[in-house]
Amino acid sequence: MPEPVIIAQNLVKKYKDFAAVDGISFEVAPGESFGLLGPNGAGKSTTMRMVGAVSTRTSGDLSILGLDPNGYGPEIRSRLGVVPQSDNLDTELRVRENLLVYGRYFGLPRKQVAERADELLAFAQLEDKAKSKVDALSGGMKRRLTIARALINDPKILLLDEPTTGLDPQARHILWDRLFRLKEQGTTLLLTTHYMDEAEQLCDRLVVVDKGTIMAEGSPAELIRKHSSREVLEVRFGSERNAQVAEQIAGFGDRIEVLPDRILVYSGNGEREMERMTQAGLHPITSLVRRSSLEDVFLRLTGRTLIE
Amino acid sequence: MTDSETAVAASVAAARPMRALYAGNARSVMQRGWRATRSSNWMIVVSGFFEPIFYLLSMGLGLGALIGTITTESGDEVPYAAFIAPALLAVSAMNGAIYDSTWNVFFKMQFAKLYEGMLSTSLGPLDVALGEISLALLRGGIYATGFMLVMQALGLNLSWWALLALPAVLLIAFGFASVGMAITSYMKTFQQMDWINLFLLPMFLFSATFYPLSVYPQGIQYVIQALPLWHGVELVRGLTTGLVGPGMLWHVLYYVVMILVGLVFTTRRLRVLFLD
Repeated sequence: MPEPVIIAQNLVKKYKDFAAVDGISFEVAPGESFGLLGPNGAGKSTTMRMVGAVSTRTSGDLSILGLDPNGYGPEIRSRLGVVPQSDNLDTELRVRENLLVYGRYFGLPRKQVAERADELLAFAQLEDKAKSKVDALSGGMKRRLTIARALINDPKILLLDEPTTGLDPQARHILWDRLFRLKEQGTTLLLTTHYMDEAEQLCDRLVVVDKGTIMAEGSPAELIRKHSSREVLEVRFGSERNAQVAEQIAGFGDRIEVLPDRILVYSGNGEREMERMTQAGLHPITSLVRRSSLEDVFLRLTGRTLIE
Repeated sequence: MTDSETAVAASVAAARPMRALYAGNARSVMQRGWRATRSSNWMIVVSGFFEPIFYLLSMGLGLGALIGTITTESGDEVPYAAFIAPALLAVSAMNGAIYDSTWNVFFKMQFAKLYEGMLSTSLGPLDVALGEISLALLRGGIYATGFMLVMQALGLNLSWWALLALPAVLLIAFGFASVGMAITSYMKTFQQMDWINLFLLPMFLFSATFYPLSVYPQGIQYVIQALPLWHGVELVRGLTTGLVGPGMLWHVLYYVVMILVGLVFTTRRLRVLFLD
């Protein structure tokens, strides 16, 4: 098995008394696409900053590409690509200039940077925007430019912090397609997200993070298999009746979860649970049978939904 | 990683603390600034050039016609325009450096998150500080050269020593840029930024810019002499009027200290802010 490119052991980051990251351990293999899934404030971004060698850990061990960020920050950063949570593109420069200037920050030769910039503009589907101002780009285009910029130094690992937060569905799909191509080309991806569909689409393996600790680890399919049933029946009886109905159907499925707006019945066969419900004389306002998702895993592990 | 390996890594880090601060690539930060100036804010640059020239024309030539000559600290008589021109030269170096190192830096830090982006590359905080300050210097140098040419045309350079006023002006700009950036890195709001202006305007008006220091009572003289602009004004005035003396080396020393203190604080602060 190849040497992991990221090894985190018992990683802790404290701000005064508050532990933003409280003993996280994980390993990422070369070429792997690894995700940190969790709600806002779970410690995902802080972990990313430590991996990106821009934040010093309070304790624990961390090795990035075989180097300790405490002693080799610049060396590590020169081999990483970073896509931060909020775009920090250089708005005083044009689109292509953003790539040229960023490449020079790594000390790369001008000619090499220029060639790479043109390739990346094509990759990001921004060729016809090369001379545009950054502020004139749409949210999705800015995000693609930020990713192109992060690739200018041909990084070994690409760090993506909430890559599609705030984008409309179409822009998200374009972005996922680009990231999927990178994955196919063998780029190691480390990404954080609070969207379970994003995690399912992009991650080979992921950890579920909450309150600075890891709740579970595995591939999306493994996690679902281990922590949830195959299917879920979602029923709505109206916010007043949900709790009352929940008592009546207490024995249904493997498990029942009552949310403010709906009841979730976890079962191998959602349709059968629905039939049982009808036989019991219960008629929900709406009902839906779907496959279990990472959202259900998260709910099971933490008792909370991902997006609150 | 074992404990002994961690200890090794830590000792390596301790053995070369500069490595984490400085990648030797301040040039790329300067080039970025040059490109940005070229593509978006060259108007501000141009306006900064004319401001001191307008002052010189209105006060030096206008008021100068009424005042005639003025007696300097050393007891020499010089025309009024030749007396204030070097002071305005020092002021223009200060203003250029301050604009680039305060408002510009504040915006890049707080809103554009420019430094966050830079420091996630292999650049270190000292690269960023030096690059930004050098750009401020370059601009200060261009202003100063233009202003010196105007002075020459108006016959206000009274000595060949005036040639040394150019490096002197760069030294002054370096001092202000360095300290300006250090102070700015601690500022969090626009209101705090206004305090800088509150300090600069009186310093501009009262630092023996338009009249000799001797008009003040002794106590006030000490206060003025403690401020940076007075040292700049005296240094440049000595050179362009040719009234030089060994005492001017104190002015040089004052700026060298400003530069070093500013760089140390800026680097330290950028490190705390972006590489916690």
